Amino acid sequence: MRRGLILWWRSVAERTPSVPVLRLDRVTKSYNVGRPSEVEVLHGIDLTLEAGEFVALIGPSGSGKSTLLNLIGLLDRPTSGLLFLQGQETGSLNDTEITRLRSEQIGFVFQHHHLLSAFTAIENVMMPMLVERRFPDAAMRARANALLVQMGLEPWVDNLANNLSGGQQQRVAIARSLAMNPSLILADEPTGNLDTKSADAVWALMREANRDFRTTFLVVTHNVELAQRCDRIVEVVDGQLTPPHR
Amino acid sequence: MNRWTPFEWIVALRFLREGRAQTLFIVSGIAIGVAVIVFMSAMLASLQDNFIARTLASQAHLQMLPPEESPRPLRASTADVVQAPIIQRPVQRLRSIDQWQTIVSNVRSRAQITNVTPTVSTSALALRGDASRSITITGIEPDDYFRIVRIPEYIIRGEPRLTSEEIIIGSELARELGLTVGDKLNVTAANSSARTLTVSGIFDLGNKAANQRSTFVSLHTAQTLANLAGGVTTIDMTVRELFAAESIAVQLSASTGMPVDSWISTNAQLFSTLSAQEMSFVTIQLFVALSVAFGIASVLSVSVIQRSQDIGILRAMGTSQRQILGVFLVQGALLGLLGALVGAAVGGGALKLFHRAVRLTDGGELFPFAVEPTLLVSAVLLATITGVLAAAVPAMNAARLDPVVAIRG
Repeated sequence: MRRGLILWWRSVAERTPSVPVLRLDRVTKSYNVGRPSEVEVLHGIDLTLEAGEFVALIGPSGSGKSTLLNLIGLLDRPTSGLLFLQGQETGSLNDTEITRLRSEQIGFVFQHHHLLSAFTAIENVMMPMLVERRFPDAAMRARANALLVQMGLEPWVDNLANNLSGGQQQRVAIARSLAMNPSLILADEPTGNLDTKSADAVWALMREANRDFRTTFLVVTHNVELAQRCDRIVEVVDGQLTPPHR
Repeated sequence: MNRWTPFEWIVALRFLREGRAQTLFIVSGIAIGVAVIVFMSAMLASLQDNFIARTLASQAHLQMLPPEESPRPLRASTADVVQAPIIQRPVQRLRSIDQWQTIVSNVRSRAQITNVTPTVSTSALALRGDASRSITITGIEPDDYFRIVRIPEYIIRGEPRLTSEEIIIGSELARELGLTVGDKLNVTAANSSARTLTVSGIFDLGNKAANQRSTFVSLHTAQTLANLAGGVTTIDMTVRELFAAESIAVQLSASTGMPVDSWISTNAQLFSTLSAQEMSFVTIQLFVALSVAFGIASVLSVSVIQRSQDIGILRAMGTSQRQILGVFLVQGALLGLLGALVGAAVGGGALKLFHRAVRLTDGGELFPFAVEPTLLVSAVLLATITGVLAAAVPAMNAARLDPVVAIRG
């Protein structure tokens, strides 16, 4: 029944199978543009992510991983180059359109779970749907509940986020990232703050979601062992991607 | 979460509930500010109403008088004579207003005027046995005049009744001359006209001087005593807008050519005292409102900093800048509203307590109190609007937060 509900929800945001989920075409990013202190941190990035891929993004600190993730997450705009999400070029979109595209197509999982402490687990998962207010309340609640059950959090759905353990909070964050059934989930060190057991559980859940919903995952990690479990590894070194390798 | 509750309200309410200690402190601060405003406004309004009611208990809002007699030159100027005139003001004799019936009917037709009545006012000597007191006799048409000066409400003995043989006197005069209802009183006017009148009523206007000097007789009796057969010395009026009396007086004076005094000009000192009182109160109100506004603004500014990561994550989830702005504006409005409701209740309660606790030595009320519902509503509205305005800057800061920076904390 719950499984059915999740699958029904997928029809809300149908994917276009033939188009890559993400395509970056010679994307650069500079800071302090036009000033003497101008610095280019990303240099001509080309990257394509297909639907259902589970990709690791690795690289040393300061290599530009976070900047790249912010660009892909539409939290920041490239200085030059093109960024396509589900085939749509994003450079020409205004802030409102970017915000809407982000809420519909991208889910975020952070190293620090960043749950809203004033809300319960289920309300946190409902939050992306509440922002839009396009769905009936009962449907939103059922959807959030089903995702939390899938994350093994059934007994804690009505607990305040602060009352959950680190692993539980991260699982709520994954459920939240899946709430709008996005085509792409960006996970920034999702297991960085967890013990090995919790990290394994969280990783397994992300893999399950990737398999069940064909959601594309781009996971930033410093953990080589976890990276090697991904379909593909992309490495950023000095603001440039090294050739993709498995 | 109610399905009809907007997203901004859901988040704002939860943020306020989560920081309940902070919310409680700022709501208490706003409540104290609003309570002070409500308490002082009601006190001041009641005090002013009381002052004005006492002042107008024995006088009309407007009084039309005959024009003053002006000096005339004894000889005309010539080209070869330099004159250095010494102007001696003529004696102002008791005179009737010319064509007063026409003026009364003209004034009665004006929308700003509510009541009009002609009167005759003259000074006289009240004699009883060996005692005498100087008094002011006002000849009135009781039915009309009592609508302007509500003597019946102040009658403490007898009836507010006036035949041509009767007189209504003040309590002080009655005490000084040993008079009571039914007693005879000899009244002698300055022109030696004398009448013996029966005391039909004794009033207490709450003003010693008025109770000592003011007396009322029928218009006809006063005309006889003043030797003004068919004439009147003043036309008394009330106006719809009490504080527009001065401008109406100017208009009437211009259209009739008669001098018209308003209660504002005849009580200029009282009026300036009331104005000064009001000005100082407005200043206090302004500073209280400012401190409330700064309180709300500072709490919300801290909240924006504390919740920057929450704001960042909300933005990442697709919350628009406008929605974030709304979350903090709603918080400001709710803090203002909540504080104002508590403050209005506390202010109202304090007034009742004050009214009950602070009494005159005889146990009577200090002055009549009235807490106008409009005062409470306007205080609540004002505080809510102040809350929204005070929240504007922190809300804009929150909306402008760069989600990348905010998430990084």
